[in-house]
Amino acid sequence: MLGYGVATIGPGIAVGLIFAAYINGVARQPEAQGRLQTIAILGFALAEALAIIGIALAFAL
Amino acid sequence: MTAATLLAPVLPMASGNGFTPPGPRDFELPPIFGDVTKPMVLIVLSTVLIFAVTYAMARKAAVVPGRLQFAGEFAYGAVRNSIARDNIGSEHFVKFVPYLFSLFAFVLVNNYFGLIPLLQFPSFSRAGMAYGLAALTWLLYNGVGIWKHGFLGYLKHTCIPAGVSGIMLLLIVPLEFFSNILVRPVTLALRLFANMFAGHLLLILFALGGEYLLFEASSSVMNIFGGVMSFVMFFGISTLELLVMFLQAYVFTLLTAMYVGGALADEH
Repeated sequence: MLGYGVATIGPGIAVGLIFAAYINGVARQPEAQGRLQTIAILGFALAEALAIIGIALAFAL
Repeated sequence: MTAATLLAPVLPMASGNGFTPPGPRDFELPPIFGDVTKPMVLIVLSTVLIFAVTYAMARKAAVVPGRLQFAGEFAYGAVRNSIARDNIGSEHFVKFVPYLFSLFAFVLVNNYFGLIPLLQFPSFSRAGMAYGLAALTWLLYNGVGIWKHGFLGYLKHTCIPAGVSGIMLLLIVPLEFFSNILVRPVTLALRLFANMFAGHLLLILFALGGEYLLFEASSSVMNIFGGVMSFVMFFGISTLELLVMFLQAYVFTLLTAMYVGGALADEH
């Protein structure tokens, strides 16, 4: 369980970076929001998958 | 199904000697009758619900839509245009819209079962359910790719990215095969399952912890404060779960569309 806590650091930083880039993009080009939103949510889900696999393994092992 | 069997997993498992934190065993519900467990009943219930609602939406099919028909058309249009057309391409996407919309509605309803009182169990927090859906998607995108490119052509298409040649192929081909054919369904299933599992586990933890601190532990000021805060967190996590459940349904559908689009893409 302690290991899982350490394992969430990486995905946490990753999700933060993804949304920082998304906010930047929308601030520079507001009309591109629709296209950026799909990419941002997709990237969020992919980064979150790491944390999710971590919690699955924390209980499985 | 009497109310008692439905309520049994929801009621706090009071323990006389100290607090036992919830774990994976809380998801192993007793069978309701025979071998039928609660998630199975919920899966069937969700299909019936979706059929009833969509049938009610489509029954009149008026030119000027009413409220219900407008809601249905809005959801269907969102899946059709922003998920299917943008990821599969305008040539082939119409064939896949029914599957994608069914998938989206099915995952969404089954996730929201986790927050509806008395049901309170997201079906996909049992891993087998998620494996089934991911296997369906896996069969779909591989089948579509084989239909389009032929078997060997599809293997070539999926394992050899553009602009790679010579000695690098030795490294790239196994990696691409591994990631595109073997890892994709596993991550697809695990993402959905573990999100639902972890969210529901958090809800159980805060509910049981608050109940324990307020009613069973010694009534010190700290314990009462902790119990109240625990219930506040319970409501906070519940609202977060509303967002996460929608997001997981959206992501599952989006990734399915992207995999199908990737398998259908022309030689790049």
